[in-house]
Amino acid sequence: MTSPQLTRRALVRAATLGGGALAMQPLFPAWAQTVSEGLPTLSGEDITLRIARDTISIDSRPARAISINGTVPAPLLRLKQGQTFRLTVENMLDEDTSIHWHGLLLPFQMDGVPGVSFPGIKPRSRFTYEFPIEQAGTYWYHSHSGLQEMMGAYGPIVIYPAGPEAAPYDRDHVVMLSDHSFVHPARILRNLKVEPGYYNHQRQTLSGLLAGKDQKLTDRMAWGQMRMDPTDLSDVTGKVLTYLINGHGPETNWTALFKPGERVRLRFINGAAMSVFNVRIPGLEMQVVAADGQDVRPVTVDEFQMSPGETYDVIVTPAEDRAFTIVGETVDRSGMAVATLAPRAGMRAPVPPLRPRPLLTMKDMGMEMEGMDMSGHSMRDGANAPQVKLGPGVEMINPMPMDRTGDPGLGLDNLDHRVLVYRDLVALERNPDVRAAEREIEVHLTGAMDRYMWSMDGKTMSEAHEPIPMRAGERVRVTLINDTMMAHPIHLHGHFFELVTGHGDHSPRKHTVNVLPGGKLSWDVTALPGDWAFHCHLFLHMAMGMMRVVQVRPMDGDAA
Amino acid sequence: MKRLLVLLLTGIATPAFAQAADPHAGHHMPAPAPEAPSDPHAGHDMADMPDAAEPTGTDQSPGSAEAPPVVHDSPAARYWDAKDMAAAAAAEMHPPQPLYSKLTVDLAELRVHDGRDGYAWEAEAWVGDLNRFMLKTKGEGSFGEALDHGEMQALYAKALDPWWNLQAGLRQDIGAGPQRSWATLGVEGRVPYQFEVQAAAFLSDKGQVTGRIEAAYDQRITQKLILQPRVELNLSAQDMPAAHIGDGLTSAELGLRLRYEIRREFAPYIGVHWGWSVGKTADYARAEGKDTRHQSLVAGIRFWF
Repeated sequence: MTSPQLTRRALVRAATLGGGALAMQPLFPAWAQTVSEGLPTLSGEDITLRIARDTISIDSRPARAISINGTVPAPLLRLKQGQTFRLTVENMLDEDTSIHWHGLLLPFQMDGVPGVSFPGIKPRSRFTYEFPIEQAGTYWYHSHSGLQEMMGAYGPIVIYPAGPEAAPYDRDHVVMLSDHSFVHPARILRNLKVEPGYYNHQRQTLSGLLAGKDQKLTDRMAWGQMRMDPTDLSDVTGKVLTYLINGHGPETNWTALFKPGERVRLRFINGAAMSVFNVRIPGLEMQVVAADGQDVRPVTVDEFQMSPGETYDVIVTPAEDRAFTIVGETVDRSGMAVATLAPRAGMRAPVPPLRPRPLLTMKDMGMEMEGMDMSGHSMRDGANAPQVKLGPGVEMINPMPMDRTGDPGLGLDNLDHRVLVYRDLVALERNPDVRAAEREIEVHLTGAMDRYMWSMDGKTMSEAHEPIPMRAGERVRVTLINDTMMAHPIHLHGHFFELVTGHGDHSPRKHTVNVLPGGKLSWDVTALPGDWAFHCHLFLHMAMGMMRVVQVRPMDGDAA
Repeated sequence: MKRLLVLLLTGIATPAFAQAADPHAGHHMPAPAPEAPSDPHAGHDMADMPDAAEPTGTDQSPGSAEAPPVVHDSPAARYWDAKDMAAAAAAEMHPPQPLYSKLTVDLAELRVHDGRDGYAWEAEAWVGDLNRFMLKTKGEGSFGEALDHGEMQALYAKALDPWWNLQAGLRQDIGAGPQRSWATLGVEGRVPYQFEVQAAAFLSDKGQVTGRIEAAYDQRITQKLILQPRVELNLSAQDMPAAHIGDGLTSAELGLRLRYEIRREFAPYIGVHWGWSVGKTADYARAEGKDTRHQSLVAGIRFWF
């Protein structure tokens, strides 16, 4: 089973570095090494997952959860590109369940969305998924039923390539960020429905104004006049969520081990239901080598923002014999997930304090153009989006959507270190399909925070009912326009799409992309046959209806 | 795999120059150093390209092909039990609409003023979402006397836009005055500058018409300490001697309350409340020997669940 390529590489490294510790390392293929100690791991061709109600411990506090094989996150699935995959789910719940393979290319009927790709898994019954593993990279899986994902039914997937690694490393660790609440998610949703600012405890105040903090009075008046709150960064915050890394709270200090001088691949997965994280490791630069499981040309950064559903693989090379803190600070700075990267267990590095909460800006409203006074523009002019149904669930229509793929994400402008932007990402391999899109579809991301309603084109999935049709093999450009004051990570099941960021036939390939407020973002996709879910990966936004089915026809074997 | 076939077909459709330009074909180089990430074509081997200026991949503009028609079929039903699939699809597409509900006691307070201490309340409960059934009640009185005046409303409310609800229903007066029944139509919502506003018209079983406008504003001093000014104006289209109410503007109220949110749902408060009788209504009050102006210190709790 030993990979000749890795063996050769390890030997070369050992020779060039003068042997020592590196030469002592077992020459296992990367996928067989011990990774992410403490994470339960499953591999092979026959896997069984058991979904059940459970009580887990978060920083020594009991929390109700839905676990898979008794853990949150669910076991790490370590797979090999090209293998077949047979996975049986045993549903021990009193409700239907499902597992969706987030980012995997597969026959649509194995995609795991109840009512779209299969009927779901009934209580006390079993279901077997079976499909070949076509790709390599870092992905994850989660329930697509009810509120189960928000209660813990998610886990990481690492697929090791059949060939050599594009970005070699000495060891790898999964770093799965997530959020968990001691309050039932249905209660959280109810609180948001009856009092939308319920979890925002970082609003602008009079004492802040007198202390010279936040907006000046004139700006506060202008935002008040528009009935907008510039502190509305996260619907659900650290007031009710505990932020986890690999299931561990900040006090537990999950530790990823390294030997000084090693190239360590950290596989970051944002498996949170409602949290956008700013990820950094003070004292270490990170080389981003893959986004959403797909190799990219290495980009060196000090920080990146990641939304639910996205994954980033980075390589760090800590030279010193000391601990580093892995920080996942939420976008609203109401809390952080913390873990340690250290040469030995039991070490800790200083944990940086939360940085001050940022504010939304006029740019987030689509109202900032260089040298232009935009104040005359209507914030809710239906003429700017004729396809959007202007109802109680649409509080604004972006008057001047901008390409924000060069922006680092909310609150990360003007930092004195390097922050990843989407335009930094360039695919390592040439894109498999480099045709021009035959047509363009615009999808407006709409909502009304005041009523906690979220939709596409002003309609929830059940209101719209109709899917978005595409032809099998057709190349389509999808342009997402954000008509809300929140960022929305939009995920298309079963596909990779190429971001339109000026990189031609090396466009970065993603399955989930964050659309900033005030922004618009385009990607080209080659449609694959089937019915595919297409939705915002902020869990409650999807639950409220910011979702569609993409219908790709004809099916295999059918006449066109 | 049919997927491979699709990819092959798309490959055939690819212009030859673009295929020839693949700079990474067959490369499995360990981590090339990032050259200049800002250069959109970094790494392209321009020499291989017949026309380097020709855009490729996502740099090309989209065409204007027609969208295919929507098909009403269920491919999943080919793989799974068709009946189960239909039931699951119905559940996914038409999930049960949850009914939300909230009870808010906005005012529940003691009013301290010269000689005659009293009390006041204002509360509402609703169930629904964009369409709501509501109950509202408010009233005030003095200790040791009959309820001065109070009312109950049963309303249907409908969302008009993201900020406004239309409300229609019935009101029943209780307390010392004539116990009239009214039909009511009004709006409730948030205006620019974040004021909460209610405006309602009332038509009594005797054909009388009155109106009421209320507005409130929450000024956060800190995250938990909130100063709330609120005003209420009452109007009447006619003189109603039995109720001791004249026509025109009949009364005005102004309150200033400082509350502390121990939790979002529970906030004790203190404040000041002023009430004035106006115009002919003030004349009725004077004729009865009542004050036309009230000033009270108030203390109470605001809560909701």
